[in-house]
Amino acid sequence: MKRLKLPPWLVLLLPAIIILSAVVLIPLVFSLYSSFTSYRLTRPDSIFNWVGLFNYEKAVTDVKFWAAFGRTVLLLAVALNLEMLLGLGLALMVSKVTSGQRLLRTMMMFPMMFSPILVGFQFKFIFNDNVGLVNNALQSLGITDQAIPWLVDGNLAMFSIIFAEVWTATSVFGILILAGLYAIPRDPLEAAKVDGCTSLQSFRYVTLPFLMPFIYIAMAIRSLDVARAYDIVQIMTNGGPARRTELLWTLIGRTGYVDARMGYANAMGYISIFLAIFFTVYFFKKLTQSRRELGMGA
Amino acid sequence: MANVTLRNVVKKYGVLEVVHSINLEIADSEFVVLVGPSGCGKSTTLRMVAGLEAISGGEVQIGGRVVNDLPPRERNISMVFQNYALYPHMTVRENLGFSLKVAKQAQPVIDDAVDKAAEILSLTPLLDRKPGALSGGQRQRVAMGRAIVRHPEVFLFDEPLSNLDAKLRTQMRVEIKKLHQKLKSTIIYVTHDQVEAMTLADRIVIMRDGHIEQVGTPLEVFENPLNTFVATFIGSPPMNLLDAVVKDGKLAFSDGTLIAIPPGYSLAEGQPVTFGVRADNIMPVGHALPHGEHMAEVEMEVNLTEPLGTETLLFSVLAGKEVQAKMFNPRPVQTGERMTFQIMLDKCHLFDAETGAALKR
Repeated sequence: MKRLKLPPWLVLLLPAIIILSAVVLIPLVFSLYSSFTSYRLTRPDSIFNWVGLFNYEKAVTDVKFWAAFGRTVLLLAVALNLEMLLGLGLALMVSKVTSGQRLLRTMMMFPMMFSPILVGFQFKFIFNDNVGLVNNALQSLGITDQAIPWLVDGNLAMFSIIFAEVWTATSVFGILILAGLYAIPRDPLEAAKVDGCTSLQSFRYVTLPFLMPFIYIAMAIRSLDVARAYDIVQIMTNGGPARRTELLWTLIGRTGYVDARMGYANAMGYISIFLAIFFTVYFFKKLTQSRRELGMGA
Repeated sequence: MANVTLRNVVKKYGVLEVVHSINLEIADSEFVVLVGPSGCGKSTTLRMVAGLEAISGGEVQIGGRVVNDLPPRERNISMVFQNYALYPHMTVRENLGFSLKVAKQAQPVIDDAVDKAAEILSLTPLLDRKPGALSGGQRQRVAMGRAIVRHPEVFLFDEPLSNLDAKLRTQMRVEIKKLHQKLKSTIIYVTHDQVEAMTLADRIVIMRDGHIEQVGTPLEVFENPLNTFVATFIGSPPMNLLDAVVKDGKLAFSDGTLIAIPPGYSLAEGQPVTFGVRADNIMPVGHALPHGEHMAEVEMEVNLTEPLGTETLLFSVLAGKEVQAKMFNPRPVQTGERMTFQIMLDKCHLFDAETGAALKR
């Protein structure tokens, strides 16, 4: 019997090929395939029920899907910009601190150390309309005598979620921008002083251009994070009330696991991925561009 | 244009005092060079004039106005930094016009000033490049252009040429001198390179350890150094210094060599002195330049030679100290060769053996 002889390059690559296909390729192909079927978790044999583009057509014409899509973009836009501005302010202040800066930097990281699930529970309590901290504080201070329905009113619920999101992730911007501040060479700043800049002008014309690459790195990282936001929302509002805080992934998660319509959920997932890819590519383009402007090469 | 006055200026970092009560008068349109070894306080002094370092004590005046508490932008100065300090995200044009832009000048005014500065420094073909695409010398010229665009009262240069290679440095030195002749502005220039100081300055300020050691024209400090530090710092190669004692109306070195006392000095018998002679004034017999009437002769063994073309530097040892001598119209010299050297006593210096201060003729 003739033994099968594989070429050496294939033998050497085989472990990597096996691992990659087990971890990445097979799930990817399987989920892509299932998005063309009416696969339901409760009826495994439905995996063989090919429905073509039906799931995609359904998602594209589904108002609920596009509402969740829009809400996710809104969350991205508002949360990222707020985090950037707050993080920038935080970093600028911390960089001016002369003693105890190390301690402050560590403290800045605290919010990042909590699981988003716990943060969700914490803010669910803080914004609770009966026993929550915020309402208690507002009522004790006499600012209002009513219980404000933070997590029940649609707009307020969205606000509460953004608040929690900003609380956890502002320090990502803070830390990265602080690193950027440390990396700015001293000479151009001094030259700007001699050239007649006020401190505001120095910031606008010299500091900020140097910080832009760091801001875009933070944006790219955070846009991936926020585009897949799930945990905080799931805990705080579960996408409610009446789907007013439904984001892409809470919708997809519910469709896949609660309604068991995995094929449809996968189809929505594949459309949603483009959102994350779009933002990441966009911010990386901006990053490269701002680096090139600083003469740091592509 | 303006004069600059430093009165009892002190710089302290906590308890550490790095500049000790400096006094200096710089006249309008004068080119003054602060020179000294690293850590002597020359850059710190310049940065106090610029307003980049707080002044711990004393007073700095620019154009008769005390500027101690004014920010740099209100001092009407320009500064050229060692590392150019260009704005990397702006083109050369934007770099040059930046100070006028933040001063909210009209665009035609800015364009005009930028074009003029670019013309003076031959930067016109580079105006639309970014600093990253320029060579070191070009960047330095942009930094200078940025300084002249504002028409400041005082230019400050902080070791502007130390990042350039030797050839470019010589070239830029000439350009800076031309620039000064053209603009007739007051310039304070910091360097650790005594050649730069000698060639550029109207007056040189030699600093050491936060003190001013001597102020004078390049020739003054070269010909009449006030102490052994200035004597060895200014001039290349450094002045040879030898310990000697006055004995029977002559100078006796520790190895017993006797030479006549340079003319004009009145010394006491047994007085210890430091004898200073530049390499240009100690030459082997037959290879000397025309000289004065007061001569002394010593014999030394040549340990090392450095041929420089028109002359050769000879390294020998006299009384346990290395002595550098110059051989004009040089011939090949073997190491170990013993030669007789003539010392031009008229050009020699005597210093106090303890304090190092120059003795009066």
